[in-house]
Amino acid sequence: MAASTSQRIILDARGSFCPGPLMELIRGIRQAKVGEELEVWSGDQGSKKDIPFWVQKAGHQLLGVVEEQGYARFIVKKLK
Amino acid sequence: MQDRLSLVVFSGTVDKLYPVAIMASGAVALGKDVEIFVTFYGLEAFRKGQPQTNMKMDANYPETGPMMMKVMMAKKMPSWYDMLRQAKEMGNIKVHACATTYDLMDMKKEDLDPIVDDVIGVTEFLSRASEGGITLFL
Repeated sequence: MAASTSQRIILDARGSFCPGPLMELIRGIRQAKVGEELEVWSGDQGSKKDIPFWVQKAGHQLLGVVEEQGYARFIVKKLK
Repeated sequence: MQDRLSLVVFSGTVDKLYPVAIMASGAVALGKDVEIFVTFYGLEAFRKGQPQTNMKMDANYPETGPMMMKVMMAKKMPSWYDMLRQAKEMGNIKVHACATTYDLMDMKKEDLDPIVDDVIGVTEFLSRASEGGITLFL
């Protein structure tokens, strides 16, 4: 794992179905501190729309979406 | 109070209990309150022991139903019950048993799965549902 991700909270939701990865992220965000970064890994197609939509609606920041082989990494910063 | 999803769950087959759990989860993600009114076959699906053993699929789809059940099991999809339970831990979801069915079937509180919060009449459910948001019949 890259050094830049070592500070982040990793939520591996691969193999989970809609809305599982989003629910993992919400649960993770609730437990995280403001300013912390989380990464949720998901192979679910619904996540591609649901996660960015939720992050915006909930007032957090989507730092990026990184496509990997068979899944994507959604990098989110808790803002409040 | 627009932030409410109300579901009338009449069906007791697994294929229709999944949308109950998935929509309730989505509503929780959006910060909505969820009111679930389980009635008739829906209440039977919440009888103690049923969530863990009920494998019924809608009989209108004799070819696709069993195939979809197999796919869900092969892909290790969590059960509708586990999804609903997790969503209930994360948000404000209330599961109400329909008083009519409950009385008709001579049920007692201990006959129901603990996820059920209370037994209410149609008037109370409608009054909660009419406070706003979305209401669906499943």
